[in-house]
Amino acid sequence: MSPLFKGARGIEFPIASILICFNSLEDPAVWSALVDGLFSGVSIGSVLLLSALGLAIVFGLMGVINMAHGELMMLGAYTTVLVQGSLKGTPLFEGYIFVALIAAFVVTALFGLFLERTVIRYLYGRPLETLLATWGVSLMLQQFVRSVSWQFVIGTTIAVALFLVASLGLNRIPFKFRNLSKAGIGLVAGTIALQVSNALGTMYGLAMTKPWFGAQNQDVTAPQWLRGGLKLGFVDNVQFSYVRIFIVFLTVICLAAVYFFLNRTQWGLRIRAVTQNRSMSSCLGIPTDRVDALTFAVGSGLAGIAGCAVSLLGSVGPNTGQNYIIDTFMVVVVGGVGNLVGSVVAALVIGMSSYLYGTFAGQIGFIQDLSKTIGIDLGAQTMAKVVVFALIVVFLQFKPGGLFPQKGRTVDA
Amino acid sequence: MSSKLLTIENLTVSFDGFKALNNLNFSMDAGELRVIIGPNGAGKTTFLDTITGKTQPTQGTVHFKGKNLAKFKEHTIAKMGIGRKFQTPRVYLNLSVRENMTLAHHKHKTLFKTLFPKSHWGDKDAIAQLLETVGLLGKANSPAALLAHGEKQRLEIGMLVAQSPDLLLVDEPVAGLTDEETEKVGNLLIDLAKDHSILVIEHDMEFVRQIARKVTVLHEGSVLCEGTMDEVQTDRRVIEVYLGQQDE
Amino acid sequence: MQTLAKKPPVNSTLPKRSRSRLLIETAIVIAIAIAMMTIVPGVLNAIGQSFRVGLLGRFMALAIAALGIDLIWGYTGILSLGHGLFFALGGYSLAMFLQLQPALGGTGIQMPDFFVLYGVTSLPWLWQPFESLPFTMIAIVLIPTIVAAVLGYLVFRNRIRGVYFSILTQAALIVFFNFFNGQQKLINGTNGLKTDTTYLFGQVMSGPVMQANFYYLTIVLLALAYALCRWLTSGKFGQLLVAIRDDEPRVRFTGYDPTVFKVLVFAVSAGLAGIAGALYTVQSGIITPKAMDIAFSIEMVIWVAVGGRGTLVGAVLGTLIVNFARSLLSEQYPAFWLFFQGALFLAVVTVLPDGFVGWFKTSGVELLRQLSGKSKVSTYPSLANNPDVTYEQQAIDDRKSDG
Repeated sequence: MSPLFKGARGIEFPIASILICFNSLEDPAVWSALVDGLFSGVSIGSVLLLSALGLAIVFGLMGVINMAHGELMMLGAYTTVLVQGSLKGTPLFEGYIFVALIAAFVVTALFGLFLERTVIRYLYGRPLETLLATWGVSLMLQQFVRSVSWQFVIGTTIAVALFLVASLGLNRIPFKFRNLSKAGIGLVAGTIALQVSNALGTMYGLAMTKPWFGAQNQDVTAPQWLRGGLKLGFVDNVQFSYVRIFIVFLTVICLAAVYFFLNRTQWGLRIRAVTQNRSMSSCLGIPTDRVDALTFAVGSGLAGIAGCAVSLLGSVGPNTGQNYIIDTFMVVVVGGVGNLVGSVVAALVIGMSSYLYGTFAGQIGFIQDLSKTIGIDLGAQTMAKVVVFALIVVFLQFKPGGLFPQKGRTVDA
Repeated sequence: MSSKLLTIENLTVSFDGFKALNNLNFSMDAGELRVIIGPNGAGKTTFLDTITGKTQPTQGTVHFKGKNLAKFKEHTIAKMGIGRKFQTPRVYLNLSVRENMTLAHHKHKTLFKTLFPKSHWGDKDAIAQLLETVGLLGKANSPAALLAHGEKQRLEIGMLVAQSPDLLLVDEPVAGLTDEETEKVGNLLIDLAKDHSILVIEHDMEFVRQIARKVTVLHEGSVLCEGTMDEVQTDRRVIEVYLGQQDE
Repeated sequence: MQTLAKKPPVNSTLPKRSRSRLLIETAIVIAIAIAMMTIVPGVLNAIGQSFRVGLLGRFMALAIAALGIDLIWGYTGILSLGHGLFFALGGYSLAMFLQLQPALGGTGIQMPDFFVLYGVTSLPWLWQPFESLPFTMIAIVLIPTIVAAVLGYLVFRNRIRGVYFSILTQAALIVFFNFFNGQQKLINGTNGLKTDTTYLFGQVMSGPVMQANFYYLTIVLLALAYALCRWLTSGKFGQLLVAIRDDEPRVRFTGYDPTVFKVLVFAVSAGLAGIAGALYTVQSGIITPKAMDIAFSIEMVIWVAVGGRGTLVGAVLGTLIVNFARSLLSEQYPAFWLFFQGALFLAVVTVLPDGFVGWFKTSGVELLRQLSGKSKVSTYPSLANNPDVTYEQQAIDDRKSDG
């Protein structure tokens, strides 16, 4: 508990307490609390930003809210777990995090590409349906990491292969009830696969059936050089953990890379063109579907990087993604569509305010008194989200389009 | 205020510094059929947006029947008697033609009166008559989604009339129509002009010639000149703006 | 159920329904309700599946919430991902009342056990109104309605639509989830409130007498909710909802204020969710913040989607189908339910966008004709293949941005 507001107890108005703490800047304890609070806020904000970055790009370009974004992060985190496991004991281990970052990016980007080509492509112009479909994907991904095992992998491969072969064959002959038959084939393939994988399970036992990860959380241990923290000379008791510093840097690098990609490269130009006016871009010969696929892949890849970063902060589980998804949505809503600066500001403000409220609100006299009066503990940590959401709704009353809304007319006659 | 139906004074609308309308002055009498023409980007649609409350003026005022429209929202302005037809026909695709008309015709557009509508004798007849006028009576029960482009245009004009506004704003009513359909719509507008004030925005000069009595030319957000079709066509500035396209 | 499915769709293009058809529909609904009350439990009991009666009661409670979702999503085109909030508010309202009921033979009110545990000695003011049964009955509907109306007004007023609205409702849900989870001393936090051991009118809540009564009550309320939605979606108001879904700016320029209509519909659907929450709570015996899980709220949407959005019958049928499928599948393959559910989301959105009822109305009828040997009646080219329609749909998508 920080002594930041000790002197401010009983003062009725929070502003007053903040003013007082500025007056007591000579007090080193106040300094350290302030610096600590700022750093934690920035650090939380940068995690938010990193996770929201991909979402913001995808939403800005395609108007698609990807509900599976959190699960893509989770995939990235699990990739990190795998990379860490496979590099254990090798000389590369100290640098595994860099390998993991690249691997996470590649894995999730490829998965994003797959998702775009197989599902999302068919749903453009129907944002609400896309939302539901991606939610379905997120459910499947959650269950996937829980139950993936050799048995599962083999069974799925058999089912998919059988189905594909059979439907390819079916496509060659003209046939009246093709779709109906395909559904039938799907059922048959599923049953065969189920039988085979069950047989495998009984034959080889645990080697086959044991889930790779299961429902329990996996731990990622940061490499040696990321443990501990940076002590600052001029303030006491404050330690900036290296992991968090690393994440802040990672966020800055990703941001710079995205900025460079969008503003300095050929494909970035195309992406921006499609963001502004899809049909016009298409008329000018920009392959909008490839732009969509690329954007979605990049957005998903960024989710993977975010997942990798998040895995350093705590253990990784099937629900990892769910913890971040709402906050990242809020970043996009507050930041406005298609504007990186908006996302940056929104992420930092939301990160800061929820951290500061969660940590300090309980110690402000005004809030304590109010809590007593209405019988609800307003200072509880969980109230931070409530307050931040209320602030967001209030904010939207003045700026419904977010911090940096798109202006002007879309088309002139 | 004067007896003018619509008065616009010193109207400026700017988007991020770009002036879509620039110090525009305009007025219109009750009962007039006015056509506005102008090259692309002259600000014609922004002009309508500002009258109907979709866009707020940066400077200047719009008075309708003596009232300043600045503070009103779209639906209030619509209730005050300004109806608008959009450039691309906008009808409710999942409702039938008749339902489209009924919604527009409904007199009391409040929540309560919509939940508990009183059916008036004559409402049905009025709607049937309107459908007859726009030539859609035969399709009254088919969903608007099944109408052809020209039929949608006519349906939207019909809905506009059903709203019984004092001023009809019509944005490019013949865009994408065949010559035959264009003439139909033209006759319809001339017919309507007998007891409505109408402001038409149009590109199609043949059509303008068919219906126009008084023409206003917009250019770069301001009024370039005003007069009869013949006057406007012989105006040097207009010819310049249109690169001589008009003196065929 | 088959007879139900054959009823005419609400937004059909038929002229105004005649009085006699309304009477027929009323008769059908009443007949089905009576059948659900008398025959179905008897049959299920006879085949040794008595516990399914309880499930059916719960699922019909959920169907009430689904009707609300259909009202705002199917008809008005607003996707709320936060209806679990209203569901929970209704459930908590009733559970708070029940928690205060004295033990058998006791009088007055009783402090809930967890208050004793956390050392709360006097009843918090938030709880005090729930001593009264009439207040609780009103609160079950009114609290969700008011919360929805306020939230809806603040959001719709600023023309926040589409996915933005969906995300905001989801955020609201999470906020309340956190709030309920965090307030241990007030509402027992994560553990939630149990209602099964309470005695009311001399009967224990989880006992057969009470449960049978709740089963009947659920059916009656479901029928009433259906009637309400039926009334709302037919006539001018219903047309206006569809109009808002099709082209909201156009509605505005016609002189209607879409905000008030949307707020009303959102509030009504929240009220329905509240009733559903209360009925579900007493039948399952507990309400916890889990009811405000993101997944549960999105699931509600999928019930409607599976049945067929924009048709009230679809909402009810979809709820029953999905939930029974769930209870069957998760008994058999607990690990695979999420896969099935995920696949269901994907399939409904991509392959079956109009749900079962929608499919039945278009292809289903066709299929029956084919199977019965009658040749296909050629109709207007199918909407999806009509280039004019596609063009218009694109035009709508394009201009959605400049509303």
